[in-house]
Amino acid sequence: MQQLLTTTLTGLTLGMVYAAFALALVMIWRSTRIVNFAQAPMAMITTYVALTLIDAGQPFWLAFAAALASGLVLGAVVERVVIRPVEGGSEVNAVILTLGLFIVIHALAAVIFGARFRSFPAPFGLSGFRAGEVSIALTGFGIFTIVSVLVVMGLLVLLFRRTDLGLTMRAAAFNQEVARLLGVRVGRLLTLGWALAALVGSLAGLLIAGGSLVHPGYMDSVVVYGFVAAVLGGLDSPAGAVVGGLVLGLVLSLVSGLVSAALVPLAALVVLMVVLLVRPGGLFSTVTERKV
Amino acid sequence: MLELCDLTAHYGPVRALDGVSFRAGRGRITAVLGANGAGKTTMLRAISGLLPIQRGSVVLDGTDLRGVNTEELSRLGLAHVPEGRGVITELTVAENLRLGSLGRSRGAPEVALDAIYELFPVLGDRSNALAHVLSGGERQMLVIGRALIAAPKVLLLDEPSLGLAGRIVTHIFTTIRELVERDGLTVVLVEQNARSALSIADHGVVLNLGSVVAEDSAAALAQDEQLRHAYLGF
Amino acid sequence: MATTVPVSMRDRLSWRRLPPLARHLLVALVGLALIVVVIETAGSFRQGQISSMAYLAIAAGGLTVLTGQSGQLSLGHGALMAVGAYTTALLLQSRAGAPPLVVVLAIATVVTLVVGVAVGIPAARLHGPYIAGATLSLAVAVPGVALYFSEQLGGEQGLTLRVPEAPVWLLDTMFFITGQELTGRKYVAYVAWFCLVLTYLLLANLGASRVGRRWRAVRDDEVAAAIAGINLGRARVLAFVVSAAAAGLAGAVMALVVRVSAPSGFTLTLSLGLLSAIVLGGLGSLLGALIGAAILTFLPQVVTSIGQDAGLSDLQAAELAPLVYGLTVILVILLAPAGLVGTIRSGLAHRRRPT
Repeated sequence: MQQLLTTTLTGLTLGMVYAAFALALVMIWRSTRIVNFAQAPMAMITTYVALTLIDAGQPFWLAFAAALASGLVLGAVVERVVIRPVEGGSEVNAVILTLGLFIVIHALAAVIFGARFRSFPAPFGLSGFRAGEVSIALTGFGIFTIVSVLVVMGLLVLLFRRTDLGLTMRAAAFNQEVARLLGVRVGRLLTLGWALAALVGSLAGLLIAGGSLVHPGYMDSVVVYGFVAAVLGGLDSPAGAVVGGLVLGLVLSLVSGLVSAALVPLAALVVLMVVLLVRPGGLFSTVTERKV
Repeated sequence: MLELCDLTAHYGPVRALDGVSFRAGRGRITAVLGANGAGKTTMLRAISGLLPIQRGSVVLDGTDLRGVNTEELSRLGLAHVPEGRGVITELTVAENLRLGSLGRSRGAPEVALDAIYELFPVLGDRSNALAHVLSGGERQMLVIGRALIAAPKVLLLDEPSLGLAGRIVTHIFTTIRELVERDGLTVVLVEQNARSALSIADHGVVLNLGSVVAEDSAAALAQDEQLRHAYLGF
Repeated sequence: MATTVPVSMRDRLSWRRLPPLARHLLVALVGLALIVVVIETAGSFRQGQISSMAYLAIAAGGLTVLTGQSGQLSLGHGALMAVGAYTTALLLQSRAGAPPLVVVLAIATVVTLVVGVAVGIPAARLHGPYIAGATLSLAVAVPGVALYFSEQLGGEQGLTLRVPEAPVWLLDTMFFITGQELTGRKYVAYVAWFCLVLTYLLLANLGASRVGRRWRAVRDDEVAAAIAGINLGRARVLAFVVSAAAAGLAGAVMALVVRVSAPSGFTLTLSLGLLSAIVLGGLGSLLGALIGAAILTFLPQVVTSIGQDAGLSDLQAAELAPLVYGLTVILVILLAPAGLVGTIRSGLAHRRRPT
């Protein structure tokens, strides 16, 4: 019982982070029809920005904010400079481009910041609570994780559903040509979309890093989990990304606890293949496609 | 006022528009007619910058539109209701309309949503519904409303009667006619349904294979039996 | 009545008029001869590098056919190489009971081929980012699996293996041809390059055959291909299986070269490196894959020493190589998506066209 509770809580907390990362992927997919595999090293390098500031003696929250801000800037720059030329073009080219970015940012981080493992602080502590006989594996940091992801998601929902800016962004994502005719400056909105997605990705990176070890490859498996979570929920659905993240977090936590931590990536692959074969549009879709 | 001068555009190796010239006057409806593939939609797309222009010019109230990005046209007072209507089905009726309002030119007055609902009451009834539940006729009213809410100077309409019942077509066409007379709107009406179009138009241009084959007052075109049989199907 | 164009002697002997199989065989024979010369004249360290280039080229060849001709992107070929490598290592644990090398390589290839079927069937239904994501997951999953079965597969350290001795007839033959002893290193290099030539011969012939045409038809327009009667799934799975077999063979050769099969040798970096190689060379081109593999083998050393001279630490300098080829991939996609070979080919075609 205790074990189950611990596994569940760990799974949910981790699931929230995967949900955030999946959300970042979905945001970019909806606006530009590209899966940004480079989102992982992008998040990683912004965490290093935070780490550098922390080492220089700056307060944690300043470093945290700086990481998020640098994510915003990085996302905008990447879209405008690197991705813009291939938008609307061949799928394969776009994927390869994001992978090229993946390699570059990875290597840059190793060159600039070194490849050794560094520890990253976890605000609000890493000790769990006790409720009578039962120890609850929910740490202060875990609560912070859940709350911060929920807050960011809430803000995004507000942005998209309640503001004019959000309206134009949705319009640009749903029907670019018509949006153009209505005066929507699609280019700028795509840049903004990528910037916001990178911000969310950076948050995920910081939350994974907390209380853990940071090294250039530490986000690599997260891009896989984020992708699987996004596919699980349906690549076009932000709400699906959240549910997918939580479900995946739980499943992977169970696998890690019951079988072995080494098989977690394999479990993610299995989940992915099952979803793609049974319900390619995601858990919530009713579409099974036949082209001919 | 919208003036096209020697407009030429290609789709790959095919010359889709060949030296098209005409003038759509202020406060008038200019019908652009012709069979399928005559180049009518191509012409509208070229005006809107969705298709590159090889030669010629498009001038809107003195401003040359060549080289202007599509996204800036609404701010210059040009509204284009595209082929297939262009309803954004994932947004609500109200959101579609609000979108139209956001793109208006700086000098244009802010038209209230209610004014559009007055024009097309059925939209008011469905204002919070997702646009994809609307019928064909309702969608057409939505996109025209969405264009009008930006108080444009020039309105381009691409086959608004397509797939609609006669009664609804009449309602829409009559509404357009009233607005033209009330507000001095310049309307370019691309239509395959030449008879209905000519019944509300002042002026008509007939295209065939990308070129202008006839240009005259609507009344004259409607009476020219040979022309009608050759190019307009009635 | 059409005028007849005089057929010159040069036309009759032109390269283009030979049937593809003959062309490929000729290239293969010339290639083999060249390889003998290169291996014999190279120093010991270079021979190791030459062997490395071979196995990378084998994997890259399969991958470029899969991605360039069949249109399926795979980021998991490093994982497939692992299958071939571990199989080889398991078979060559002791010199005494080891089967002949040819059999070992064949088994490794077949095992990976079977895995390729298992992966290829679901993968055939996926497109673009989906197949990329799925194969990426495979690449990330494999090191973990190898660690999980640490008893059988040696865990972190992996499995060391013993390269079998060269058979006597080969020793004699090589001595006859080259006048020099066949060292262990040279033996592995010859095996590696022989496998490479064989693989490329097969891939080139497949590409020129009806099979290859079907692959390209499916890549270019699925609906049209299906209407034309091509079984989409079968074509795509076949391409995947062929490329998986190549990757398996590559992994097997890699095991021979490196003499150990460990999880750290099959990280995501390997799969991404293979992808970079084929992008740089030009998707779909075997020559491009060869060039890409060469870059992948020889560039790191050059770049690393530049980095060290510039004052970077060893570890940092080592990361300059992926930085360089990652940047090059980006530049290639943005500026010359046809890759090295494709761009040069179209450049030549332009010059030949009469103005």
